[in-house]
Amino acid sequence: MTPVLEMENLSVHFANRHGAIAAVREATLTVLPAECVGIVGESGSGKTQTFMAVMGLLSGGACAAGSVRFEGREILGAPASELNRVRGSKLTMIFQDPMTSLTPHLKVGIQLAEVLVTHSHMSWREAEKAALRALERVRVPEARRRLRQYPHELSGGMRQRVMIGMSLLCDPSLLIADEPTTALDVTVQAQIMDILRTMRAESRMAIVLISHDLGLVAGLADRIVVMYAGRVVESAGAADILGRAVHPYTAELLKCVPNLRGPRLERMPSLAGQAPGAASPETGCAFAPRCPLADERCRSERPVLRDAGVAAHQAACHHPLPA
Amino acid sequence: MSTIHRLRSNAGAALASGVIVLLVAIAVIGPWFNPNNIESLDWAHVAASPGLTGAHWLGTDRLGRDLFARTLEGIRVSLAVACAASAISLSVGIAYGAVAGYAGGRWDQLMMRFIEVLSGLPLIFFVIFLTVIFGRSRYLLFLAIGAIGWLTMARIVRGQTLSIRQREFIEAAVASGAGTGRIILRHVVPNLLGPVIVYATLTIPQIILFESFLSFLGLGIQEPHASLGTLIAEGAGEMEAAPWMLLVPGGVLAVLLVCLSIVGDGLRDAMVGDAGEAT
Repeated sequence: MTPVLEMENLSVHFANRHGAIAAVREATLTVLPAECVGIVGESGSGKTQTFMAVMGLLSGGACAAGSVRFEGREILGAPASELNRVRGSKLTMIFQDPMTSLTPHLKVGIQLAEVLVTHSHMSWREAEKAALRALERVRVPEARRRLRQYPHELSGGMRQRVMIGMSLLCDPSLLIADEPTTALDVTVQAQIMDILRTMRAESRMAIVLISHDLGLVAGLADRIVVMYAGRVVESAGAADILGRAVHPYTAELLKCVPNLRGPRLERMPSLAGQAPGAASPETGCAFAPRCPLADERCRSERPVLRDAGVAAHQAACHHPLPA
Repeated sequence: MSTIHRLRSNAGAALASGVIVLLVAIAVIGPWFNPNNIESLDWAHVAASPGLTGAHWLGTDRLGRDLFARTLEGIRVSLAVACAASAISLSVGIAYGAVAGYAGGRWDQLMMRFIEVLSGLPLIFFVIFLTVIFGRSRYLLFLAIGAIGWLTMARIVRGQTLSIRQREFIEAAVASGAGTGRIILRHVVPNLLGPVIVYATLTIPQIILFESFLSFLGLGIQEPHASLGTLIAEGAGEMEAAPWMLLVPGGVLAVLLVCLSIVGDGLRDAMVGDAGEAT
């Protein structure tokens, strides 16, 4: 089975006056067809930049190295005209803030139809019919009326549904969802996740779900990839990550997930210390300063991602916890 | 609340736009009700004073031409120059500014430096130069004023484009596979229209003034045609003997300019409210 997305040693650097800032360091990742991969990490761990690079959306000062293959074809550094053949049709992305992701002066129906006119060369009339079906699929109530409304007439949850509907128009093989529910409240978040789950079951597309919320990712993902300071530190099946994390960082993260059934805590547990800045040079393991198990070796020699005993469970650590 | 609605609820702007519409209407349909045309000389009434009972409602100039007919012509010509020049500066300025702002980086720098060089040229000298080369015609006047107006327009559009380019919906449009041309035309330019329309409304009075100034110098509209500027220039010569020759076109120009500025200001206020609503 050819993977939908194969990323090898992807690095993203931002050049500034003081030198290069590394946002992503040698990230390697594979997404199989119909698989849902959750990307977890704290702010600044490079999870968004990794997929911005995949979409060719890096800002002007950034430079990406490595290899990204989408359905077997190299897309990293491909010219925009070539990227646009898959971007928006087979490879789509939805963003964190649905309030600002729709063009304010164009009616929702036109924005949806435009994607189909661009990619499938449909007539506007057909495209509008397809847009209506797309909105109905993502459970937008009164879809026909919504098509003729402007984005500011819709609520945040509704707009995110429109964005999802838009990203599904051309039957994508991979949907990248970058914190799709962060800007929404909890009940709407549940609805959006439910829609993503249904869409996935219906159309067999792969999903990359980027989030800092382990609980949210656990609800949808087959596999979870944990990123720290621009690197992939652990990658395993969702159940393995949640139940048998081997990287101390993942283990510490899991301790921070509040448990409703446990005893009431005086303080929310949190990770001591701060993630290293992207500008700081790397010596050894980036997590070493915060790691309870760190020793001299961790501070001088960088651990590589390798199998952690169990099948398809990888971690980058000198002292993996027993699985 | 829409922009139009807000504009209407602004009493000053509503009144001013009413006056402009009235002036334009009179300028367009007036000639049908006026037996005199702009060229015919009435030797029996040279420099006649205004009076509703006479043959010339607003009097005549020193050649006996009907001042009412000539003022209406002046309004038409001045507004036509203003509209044509604004249209030129709008289309060129938007295209240039949007491309520079969206392209960014080196292209942006290059295109903006070019504008700075052009705006360094002395304006009057430029117009005199053009008139000398191509001869005097009103189309040249449209072109010359438009050619100057687009420089500022391009700067404004470029600045707006720079900020729009950072907005997330542009990123989303790129992610949806839209090409650069489509993004500029469909997603950037329509978002520029608010500030651009406001600026254009505020430049129309400036253009009318500039045209009047050029005509006053003898570089603009030529006899027997008249613009408000040429009428004022003529009237200024007879100011002591026949003050109405100056007061009539001068008064009309003043009213027109004040009204246009009020509408421009009102439009800007109304649009600001709209922009706040859209985000």
